[in-house]
Amino acid sequence: MPPADSLAAPDPGGALPAPGRTRGWVGARGTGGLGIGVAMLYMSVIVLIPLAAVFVKALSQSPESFWQSVTNSNVLRALAITLGAAVLVAVIGAVMGTVVAWVLVRDSFPGKRIINALIDLPFALPTIVAGLTLLALYGPDSPFGIHIAYTRGVVVVALLFITLPFVVRSVQPVLLEVDRQVEEAAASLGASGGVTFRRIILPSLRPAILSGAALAFARCVGEIGSLVLIVGKVQIASIVIFADIESDAPQAAASLSLVLIVLSLIVLVAIRRLGGRVAH
Amino acid sequence: MLISRRTRLSLRAIALLYLLLLLLLPVAVVFIKTFEHGFSVAWGWMTTPAAISALWLSLVMAIIAVPLNTVFGVGAALILVRRRGRMAALLDALVDLPFLVSPVIVGLALTLVYGIHGWVGTFFSDRGVRIIYAVPGMALATIFVSLPFVVREVAPVLAEVGDEQEQAAATLGATSWQTFWRITLPSMRWGLAYGVILSTARALGEIGAVLVVSSLIAGSTLTLPLLVYQRDSQLGSGSITAAYAAATELAVISLVVLLVMTALSPRRQEVS
Repeated sequence: MPPADSLAAPDPGGALPAPGRTRGWVGARGTGGLGIGVAMLYMSVIVLIPLAAVFVKALSQSPESFWQSVTNSNVLRALAITLGAAVLVAVIGAVMGTVVAWVLVRDSFPGKRIINALIDLPFALPTIVAGLTLLALYGPDSPFGIHIAYTRGVVVVALLFITLPFVVRSVQPVLLEVDRQVEEAAASLGASGGVTFRRIILPSLRPAILSGAALAFARCVGEIGSLVLIVGKVQIASIVIFADIESDAPQAAASLSLVLIVLSLIVLVAIRRLGGRVAH
Repeated sequence: MLISRRTRLSLRAIALLYLLLLLLLPVAVVFIKTFEHGFSVAWGWMTTPAAISALWLSLVMAIIAVPLNTVFGVGAALILVRRRGRMAALLDALVDLPFLVSPVIVGLALTLVYGIHGWVGTFFSDRGVRIIYAVPGMALATIFVSLPFVVREVAPVLAEVGDEQEQAAATLGATSWQTFWRITLPSMRWGLAYGVILSTARALGEIGAVLVVSSLIAGSTLTLPLLVYQRDSQLGSGSITAAYAAATELAVISLVVLLVMTALSPRRQEVS
């Protein structure tokens, strides 16, 4: 028998359960070491060496010049707008995502399965298409007379669209598992719906909500595809980097990239602490 | 939770209204805008040489990136689930990086290595090979952004399945290839299929990373998403239907992707 822990569900954030023995395992025979080598080589050529180049480029200047390029007023404003929008989207997404997940798990109505399937649409739909449609809805020819294209408002709407599945898909399975007898016990002891939600359901959902919101936040910080057509003159971090590359200022682009990558890594560590799994 | 009918109905109304405004309305708009001047106008924009070439190039991106990332993903998932040690732990920590790095940074990173002034730029330019502002760079960008999907879908399935059947096969004298093809691969097939469909969707729809490394020349370095971008940002509002026609092609592809995802979803974590 293999150790029992190798049959358990993977530990969400940390290393996956490893076996106690290696013989007879596919991928773990004599060629196993070679396999790791090939996998690391592939990762290096595609991911690690290019990212290292960004770090080297950003750090191959004097500390003063690096500091100057990430603290000039343009960059600071872009970072403030980006992080502000990401926090707002994470908060709205957490609340609305939990409501949507609750309705999809606990309520029943005709068409629920179709709605449930549509939740994944933002993962399937290319982000540039999302941006284009928002331009039609809220741009100069808006059918509702809402003109928020090229403003921060439309940035928030675009980010809410692309991050919708994160909280919903992270809360749904947990909500399915929640022991309903405890809720019924609470209700029979006289607790109102609101009290039951706050005291019984919310505590068990909290890790899922937080990890979904953290993933949404991380996605927002670097998003460009859905925003490139609709931000106009609103400077967000990814657009500033893009503009720096286009105007042949790779060092400035690399400096801001370094700041964004460090921010993302902080969020990654936070996600792992919360016990979430990085997906999509 | 025992809640009043009124609370339940108002929560339902809030959730559905939110989804209607955020999801359905925008998607409906793509189709309405595309066909507002009639089907033949839209069809004309979908069948220009530039549009056909863009659709083809998008498919080429997926055809290059998805198989490579599938082979890597299955191998890496086996390593993550079945091996201990510092290298395996390092791989586990690094494999999610592409999800956390902004696509525009991906483009910058590739330019700094493979561009003309990049680390290996002169090596390639001396041999007349262009990587950045050409198809190879766009392929590298696509591989980068779609790299983790298969690993992250397959690893939990492998961990769940365990290895008893493989050990049984090994004791019965199967070689590791036979065990892989007959036991391991079939047991992970639904998770693998889900990972493949997610990477395909990302490869076909990627814009941020390829935008940086494409020369945006119609007929040679425009993918379908780049065609939407180029038609919207460069042609002026008179040709907006052109942008929507390309967007509709992408929307149709993504609806197919969504159907496949929905069909696979109940089975993907199932252990056969």
